[in-house]
Amino acid sequence: MTHILVTAKLVPDLVEELEIAESGTALDMTWLRLIINEFDDHAIEQAIILKERSGCEVTVIAPDQEGMDDVLFTAAAKGADRIIKLVGDFEEGVNNHALARTLAASTKEIGPDLILTGVQGNDDFDGSVGPYLAEYLGMTYVGYVAGVTLEGDKAIVHKEYPGGLIAELEVTLPAVLGIQAAEQPPRYVAVSKVRQMMKEASIDEVDVLDLDPSGGLEISSMYLPEAAERAEMLDGDEEEIAARLVEIFKEIGVV
Amino acid sequence: MAANEVSHSPSFTKTFYESLFDFADGENIKACLQCASCSGACPFGYLMDFPPGRMIAWMRAGIFDEVMDTDTVWMCISCYACTEVCPKDIPLTPGLMTRAKEELLLAGNVPTELQSALEFSQRYGNPLGESPRKRADWAKDLQPEVPIMRKAKRPVDVLWFVGDYPSYHPRVQQSTIALYKVLNALGIDYGILGPEENSDGDTQRLAGEKGLFEMLAEKNGKAFSRYEFNEIITTDPHAYNAIKNEYPQLGIEYPVKHFTEFLAERLDDLKPLLKGNGEVKVTYHDPCYLGRANKVYDQPRALLEAIPGVELVEMSHNRTTSLCCGGGGGGMWLDGFQWEKAHVRLSEWRVSEAVTAGADVLAVACPYEPPRFEDAAKMVEGAGNLAVKDIAELLADAMEG
Repeated sequence: MTHILVTAKLVPDLVEELEIAESGTALDMTWLRLIINEFDDHAIEQAIILKERSGCEVTVIAPDQEGMDDVLFTAAAKGADRIIKLVGDFEEGVNNHALARTLAASTKEIGPDLILTGVQGNDDFDGSVGPYLAEYLGMTYVGYVAGVTLEGDKAIVHKEYPGGLIAELEVTLPAVLGIQAAEQPPRYVAVSKVRQMMKEASIDEVDVLDLDPSGGLEISSMYLPEAAERAEMLDGDEEEIAARLVEIFKEIGVV
Repeated sequence: MAANEVSHSPSFTKTFYESLFDFADGENIKACLQCASCSGACPFGYLMDFPPGRMIAWMRAGIFDEVMDTDTVWMCISCYACTEVCPKDIPLTPGLMTRAKEELLLAGNVPTELQSALEFSQRYGNPLGESPRKRADWAKDLQPEVPIMRKAKRPVDVLWFVGDYPSYHPRVQQSTIALYKVLNALGIDYGILGPEENSDGDTQRLAGEKGLFEMLAEKNGKAFSRYEFNEIITTDPHAYNAIKNEYPQLGIEYPVKHFTEFLAERLDDLKPLLKGNGEVKVTYHDPCYLGRANKVYDQPRALLEAIPGVELVEMSHNRTTSLCCGGGGGGMWLDGFQWEKAHVRLSEWRVSEAVTAGADVLAVACPYEPPRFEDAAKMVEGAGNLAVKDIAELLADAMEG
């Protein structure tokens, strides 16, 4: 049976205003809300779809961040067979080099046939997790994947290119795939099922002693976008504004 | 741990059927006459694969699983029209239809639109996906300040449960501010929970998400228990229904009134404050969860009639036969789904009735309605001049004269 490992992480939830920490080099974590990286959610969904279609075993692994337990139990309620939490100094956030090295070490012990990860995250300053993980594991990486089919020791994947092109690639396993979108949107699981899973399932914990961020970026300063006054406001009644708009369109050559 | 399929077995039909006995008067289902009044009264009954009566028939035949393979159960807007007309008083809305949605939801048969509202409710405590920290932002610039319990640190007479749409929806916030003005004018000693308030959860429950409802109710229950107050008032009939009829089953028991009931009790104090704004024909839309579900029909009308110059006219469907705006039971989050299935909007039907009744103003008492009816008025011929106003707005306007 094909064993699929999905890696997940939490990223800042943009429902709250982001604030810069006093250091001026990071987000203020005090009020920051974390949410599962949308692309990782799609990676989990793709794994569950493969399980339903081809009878795979699915493991989800993720660093210990505030709210991660809920995410893992939700994954279990969707159908993940095993959920693992990396326990270490993740609260202040780590870069993707460190995260990928840690994930690589655990992955070697787990020995999956296929690794799915979200293709990107909104806090990826130093590149995305997938390619680093593939590099540390010496595996093939294909990113921007939307659609996976398993055929023996191969995966047929659909990769999106700019301009509406889609390529079908055959990848020999084991490999790492960066999931852009699952074949269907991540499913809903009833709260009662998640709560039941909290009673029945258990999260395996793996201690992480060292986090090695080398190779990543050093952030020298972080600031909120500054408003620039480049917009020209048109005054007048509807007729005048419409006439002026047409003039502008002609000037810039769109009509 | 695979995601469950809906069970296709006679025992599922039996278990489901028997689970309906747990509701108040639930055993009445045994007495179903198959008269089909429910299916006829249902505003979407004509396009449901299984309106309530047929659902019961198939259950009796032991082939209920096919009911679970359809998605037209999601057309049920929990409006109580079927329950109201049932000659055997079967709790069709709270029992049968809600349980059917629960099973569909557990099986993962959930329309995508509804899914995000449920996920938002779970994550942020409101179905709109807004920041819970901003729940009291509608009150930010108001003077006098709206007392927020955590900051006020004193007992109040009335805890005002503001609700989701009244807190966040830009159009509904206007009604909320109107109610704030009325409460202040009456000198009511009130406070709100602000960020500690969560969605009442009632519509999520009626959309089949019982676990989510319980989670939200527990959070609200905890917040209630932190403060001292004599009673709760709600802006939203759904919150009123939840706190009055559902929360007590979870051990959360507080006296609660809808704001129209609360204000109607103070008519003598209110009347001298109302100056009126000239002659105006007003028709009142009974919200499902104030009217049919809780039998509050007279107080909202008494408030409207207290406004000088108001002539109250009735639409052809009124009181027990009132038409749902289409937002209940999850309908608020299923507009696209409903349109795909029906190609009609219930809110447009209602607005055309208001036009036929010759009304200048369509008065409402539920926060779902101002945006729904205002949108509908843009589509209905002759509704160009119809104003949609919450009763609180009409009262506040009449005070300003």
